[in-house]
Amino acid sequence: MSKLAFYVDTTACSGCKACQVACNDKNDLWPGISWRRVYEVEVGEWKERDGVITEKPAGYYISMSCNHCENPECLKSCPSKALFQTLDGLVLVNPDLCIGCFYCEWSCPYGALNFDFNTGIMSKCDACEDLLFIGKNPACVDACPMRVLKFGNFREMANEFGEITQIFPLPDYSMTRPGILLKPHDASKGAVDDNAGVNNTQNYRQ
Amino acid sequence: MNKSSDKSKKPILNRRGFVQWSSVVGGSLLFSPVFEAYGSKSTRLIKKRSSVVGKGEAGDQGPAPTIIRTACPGHNCGGRCVLKVHVSGGQIVRIEGDDRPHDGIDDPQLRACIRGRGYRKRQYSPDRLKYPLKRTGKRGEGKFERISWDEAYDILYREISRVREKYGNSAIYVPYGTGSYNNLNGRWPVARLMNLIGGSLGFYNSYSWACINIATPYVYGTLSTGNQRQDWVNSKYIIMWGWNPAEMRDGTNSEFFIKKARENGARVVCIDPRLSMSAIALADEWIPIRPGTDAAMMSAMAYVMIKEDLVDKDFIKKACVGFDRSQMPEGYEDEESYSDYILGTRDGTPKTPEWAEKITRVPAETIARIAREYATSGPAVLYQGYGMQRRAYGEQVVIAGAVLAAITGNVGISGGWASGLANQVGGAPFWTVFPTGSNPVRASIPVFLWTEAIIRGKEMTAEEHGLRGVRQLDNDIKLIWNVASNILINQHSNTNRTADILRDESKVEFIAVQDNFLTSSAMFADLVLPVCTQFEMWGVSDGWKYGEEVIVMPKVVDPPFETKSDYRIAADMAERFGVYDRFTEGGRDEKDWCEWIIDNVYRRRRFPDMPSFSEMVESNRAVYVRKVNKPLVAFEAFRKDPEANPLSTPSGKIELFSSRLHRMNRPDEIPAVPKYIEEWESPFGPEASSYPLQAIGHHYMSRVHSTHDNNEWTMEAYPQLLFINPKDAEERGLHDEQMVKVWNDRGAIIIPCKITRKIMPGVVNIPQGAWYKPDRDGDDRGGNVNTLTSERWTPLAKGNPQHTIMVQVERSSKR
Repeated sequence: MSKLAFYVDTTACSGCKACQVACNDKNDLWPGISWRRVYEVEVGEWKERDGVITEKPAGYYISMSCNHCENPECLKSCPSKALFQTLDGLVLVNPDLCIGCFYCEWSCPYGALNFDFNTGIMSKCDACEDLLFIGKNPACVDACPMRVLKFGNFREMANEFGEITQIFPLPDYSMTRPGILLKPHDASKGAVDDNAGVNNTQNYRQ
Repeated sequence: MNKSSDKSKKPILNRRGFVQWSSVVGGSLLFSPVFEAYGSKSTRLIKKRSSVVGKGEAGDQGPAPTIIRTACPGHNCGGRCVLKVHVSGGQIVRIEGDDRPHDGIDDPQLRACIRGRGYRKRQYSPDRLKYPLKRTGKRGEGKFERISWDEAYDILYREISRVREKYGNSAIYVPYGTGSYNNLNGRWPVARLMNLIGGSLGFYNSYSWACINIATPYVYGTLSTGNQRQDWVNSKYIIMWGWNPAEMRDGTNSEFFIKKARENGARVVCIDPRLSMSAIALADEWIPIRPGTDAAMMSAMAYVMIKEDLVDKDFIKKACVGFDRSQMPEGYEDEESYSDYILGTRDGTPKTPEWAEKITRVPAETIARIAREYATSGPAVLYQGYGMQRRAYGEQVVIAGAVLAAITGNVGISGGWASGLANQVGGAPFWTVFPTGSNPVRASIPVFLWTEAIIRGKEMTAEEHGLRGVRQLDNDIKLIWNVASNILINQHSNTNRTADILRDESKVEFIAVQDNFLTSSAMFADLVLPVCTQFEMWGVSDGWKYGEEVIVMPKVVDPPFETKSDYRIAADMAERFGVYDRFTEGGRDEKDWCEWIIDNVYRRRRFPDMPSFSEMVESNRAVYVRKVNKPLVAFEAFRKDPEANPLSTPSGKIELFSSRLHRMNRPDEIPAVPKYIEEWESPFGPEASSYPLQAIGHHYMSRVHSTHDNNEWTMEAYPQLLFINPKDAEERGLHDEQMVKVWNDRGAIIIPCKITRKIMPGVVNIPQGAWYKPDRDGDDRGGNVNTLTSERWTPLAKGNPQHTIMVQVERSSKR
């Protein structure tokens, strides 16, 4: 099976969230629903000696939508088979079958699914497959002022940019085999639970 | 959620079209060229007709949207971006970014940020002003009733006529306002009208860069000190000093050019009290510094350079004056030179890194290392952000930075940077070219001192208050016609004081406000006039400090309800004053003016190769760009031969010592060489015992100043919060997202806090621009940082020192 993926160069992502808002606009998302989210990670501590700063933290951003995983947890948890996978590996919701049970939202390790209280149906990133079909990129990709977001074939992009799929605090790649490739920011090296954390999770419904 | 966007939001089932989904599940097989490109030979995805496809692809939800290219409505951010607006059924249904196929460094796409991409939530906000309003309650109380345009115009005409007769035109003030930038929306049409009927009190300078604007020419004799930005890729070392282009967008693509410079091998250092977006995304190293002490670090860097002989002696000898005793200007031979100050020859304090360490909190060895790196890495850029000059002695940091660029010889070379305001050399963008005419009232005040002109206008002087054009004002300000501006309350310092001044109807007798929303300024109006957005009228958008482009902004949708453009309102008023023909130059509407602007201004004076206005409109291309293949370098000729190409400073050279400043005879606050001066409100003063935290108010991603504060999408992405370091939060027993009270003698804010490591200890950050919303106790619930800022002005530029404030923070019992 071929697999589609997003590539994020976190070394130069400014966390501006143009991707998130472009997605909101393209998909007419209600405030409170974000198919694409930008996580703000902080690493390290402040230390001072006699008021002089001797150590300071660092940070980086991770822009992330549904990763259209190869082994999606959401799909496994869906009791009504509303979630399905296309041959290209996109994970989509059939609104006709969704019963709004939240199981997928709870099971996704990336917080990618957003229940739409206005329609009573689970909503999620569809990689703008209508745009893909007419030869365009997903809205988020073309929105990026820093040009750090890409979308394409997992294998081809892995060959071009390197096959790095892990960055703090993402869950282990092997869990769901997500369609995401990363260029890790220097600040992410050595980031672990003890010294780092995401500081804006409350911006997003988890 | 507002009604109009309810309509545009289609039910997800409908949009998805479940018949199609049934066939997805059923397994009909189609081939897609796109998916083949991604390596997939087949896909089960069905080609769906969609609103995103555009013209020619009929959708199942009615007629396909029309796509109109235009500029992001300018609100005085530093960017000017291209938008592709999808219009269906008279509504904007989607906003796309620039999609021009070429995206090279010579002419990169002008990609919009969240403020442009999320504009629909502003455009279709239920809070949009719809009708003219007349005040019914007390001023500032916010009670209004709907009136007709006729009545509104009658009132405005009557009041202006009355004030002109009773006091004269100099009692009328059309304040600084940057809420709209498309030539025909904004304060310019009203300024033009006033100039046709006798003028109004003038102003100079700005809230953005008062100090850098005034101080730069003391060093260089000009404001055009910047190379074209493409030249940054030729630099080896870039210091972003208090500069956060990724968030404030100091020119669309500035952040992208820095990224390119880094890819080309430049080392980038960011000096900022915050771990800003730019520090994370653009810098190899971030150096946190105590706010207001940048000039101390710069002085210590100069100390290292002088002691270690790293300065560019040839360049100093050839191009500068005032470096040391050997090159003081005639008549000033015995005065303190730049080196005298740095080495402490006169004041006994050498400005060593160890001296600076205690002030700036930056380790001495770091200061010394940055000095060495900047002086020796090759052509280097020291880019001065504007936040550090909106401070008590903002002039000093500007001059100190420019002097560092000069003594390291980074002036006039590719890959270097002269610092200072750095308007692009070779002709910066025009900003606004709509002709306002000349003001018959000759008096003008520094823009920051308009409240002084209300309470003691007639007492203002040139020396203390920077009054220009006259020796004395005839009047205090008696009538304010405020257009596209939230300066009236929100963006001026010390909001509670301003509110008290405006509430007193014996001072300003009449206030008219034109805006899209009932802003905090509009709350203080006697008359509110509803204005359309820039999507609802014709306009022209230009670059800001940089850029080689101009963007035509067609009318995309009709103005809703009874809204009108600022130009139309001014034209209607011109009719009442009997100057309609002169105002409209024979009946021009907004579109006619745009044609005049493109064909008679841009094509003649800036872009001779640009297509005509009608060609621009017919082709729906919106933007014309002149590509930059060989970036221009500022001061190139001067560097080659300073004698033949002198600067317009008194000496014709770069002035490290300014005889003009010396003659002002205020050495403590306006020294002739750049100095670190302890601020009037600082952690070192007695005020720190009651108010131990420094507060800064940075430009926030979710807003352009106060515009977009009511945009659900941008505010969701970046909510208004107080940012505080974990250490300071712990000392106060705060937890994340808790309501806190931030206060000083001038006022108090109740706001949720965000505990973050991205701000240095001892400093809190309240992003500027949130709308002032006082509760019953007078505490501001909107989170407007100006509730806490000071109206005292800087000594030389008479500018705004709005980041120089001390505050205390504690838990709030309010929710």
